[in-house]
Amino acid sequence: MIVAERKPFEEVAASIQDYKKVLVTGCATCVAVCLAGGEKEVGVLASQLRLKAKAADKDTAFGEATVQRQCDMEFLAEMDDLVPEYDALISLACGAGIQFLAERYPDKPVMAGVNTRFIGVNRDVGWYEEKCKACGNCVLSQTAGVCPVTMCAKSLFNGPCGGTSNESCEIHKDQPCAWFKIHERLSRQGRLANILEVFPANDWRNQKPQTLIQPGYEDRKAAFAEEK
Amino acid sequence: MKSDSKLEKLLEAGHFAFTGELGPPRGANIEALMKKAEPLKGMVDVVNITDNQTAVVRMSSFGASLLAIQAGLEPNFQMVCRDRNRLAMQADILSAHAHGIKNMLCLSGDHQQFGDHPQAKGVFDIDSMQLINMVKNMRDEGKFLNGEEIDGPPRLFIGAAANPFARPYGWRVHRLAKKVAAGCDFIQTQCVFNMERMREWVKQANEMGLTEKTYILAGVTPMKSLGMARYMKRNVPGMDVPDEIIKRLQGVDKKKQADEGIAIACEQIQEFKEMKGVAGVHLMAIEWEHKVPEIAERAGVLPRPEV
Repeated sequence: MIVAERKPFEEVAASIQDYKKVLVTGCATCVAVCLAGGEKEVGVLASQLRLKAKAADKDTAFGEATVQRQCDMEFLAEMDDLVPEYDALISLACGAGIQFLAERYPDKPVMAGVNTRFIGVNRDVGWYEEKCKACGNCVLSQTAGVCPVTMCAKSLFNGPCGGTSNESCEIHKDQPCAWFKIHERLSRQGRLANILEVFPANDWRNQKPQTLIQPGYEDRKAAFAEEK
Repeated sequence: MKSDSKLEKLLEAGHFAFTGELGPPRGANIEALMKKAEPLKGMVDVVNITDNQTAVVRMSSFGASLLAIQAGLEPNFQMVCRDRNRLAMQADILSAHAHGIKNMLCLSGDHQQFGDHPQAKGVFDIDSMQLINMVKNMRDEGKFLNGEEIDGPPRLFIGAAANPFARPYGWRVHRLAKKVAAGCDFIQTQCVFNMERMREWVKQANEMGLTEKTYILAGVTPMKSLGMARYMKRNVPGMDVPDEIIKRLQGVDKKKQADEGIAIACEQIQEFKEMKGVAGVHLMAIEWEHKVPEIAERAGVLPRPEV
């Protein structure tokens, strides 16, 4: 899932200080799971903002709305009747959701309520770890399910580097060395031959804005372009 | 010969190589650089010019290498993967050859977090293994990384680093084998303090036939003080400083610690001269360049052979 964290409250409050009616919007998918931008967090932020406005003797009004996914126009459409009543929007969705919301309502200022951090996993409640950098060329089959791009601080394909120490990464002793892990697991599986050869330079596919159309869906995109 | 490198000529002729290191200044202070270069003349065969070492901004390795040539030294141009992408790397490799640089050392580079610009974006477009392979193909195939032809291939003697001291130990020699397969001509190891582990690693390299395909130069760093030894043991990633080194430095008067550090380094160099599979020593006298003549003298590696 996409993992995000709430922005500092003062930063969010400052971003909407010039508006009278503000809609705080949430997303019920990834950011809800990681406790940053679901219905509950929308409620908390709206309450904090109301208290702050009251304390400053301002009559700013705050609404709340959470849709299933802000990264989907179909769900954003549920807010079409609500949004015109507001001067500005705050989105607690990930960066993708925020941008899609802003695209749907181009006349409304949209403020980011979270910092999107990474694609990761739920280690425990409130505890998330990055696992994928969406590099576009997955080598996990060869590296025993440990990503050298994400889990190695230098994204080395032929690690480890000289800084590996006592199974740890040079950046921090609590960060395992990805290449130690890769070696350990491949060794356990009898697949060390996978890393005896030199991995060639990577074809980085995440260096420009990307579009992906699954096979069989090309016509839909063409029709969409015509409609426009 | 693959290059016009003096290091290559010496090693090919069977001489025991003795290389040094020079860290460029944190500024455009040419005088400081020249002052550090002076004591290295005639004492070492080639001088590694570090590339923003420990991720701290300095005069570039390329620029300082050119100044080293002016100072009468043969530079070993270090290049890390942290600060440049594959375009900039290839451009600098061509420029290096064009300006008379004959050796280069391919490294990953310390993570930017350790340096003076920890907010920087680390490039790491390719890794050190891929860099070695890229330079090798540029030189021997006359091809850029993308397979296109080079108009005037760079003729560089290609070096790489190796660390015999990280776990799992059994993997270390295989990683060396990968560097050899990628195309490195010589290896300069991490600073060696744990001689027992070093002997074992060299033995494995001999058994795998790697020392016939590449020249291994053992990294030697003299300890300037007990404090330095303790710091390296505790704080420098990848360092393996055995307690016996600490104890030896503890055993002498504080004023004699530097001398004891040099004595330890000289004993190591003596052993490396005799060790099958070791073709030379890379002396990393960190911010201690002026001591290099004394160390070279005491280690019995003078005069340096002319080739």
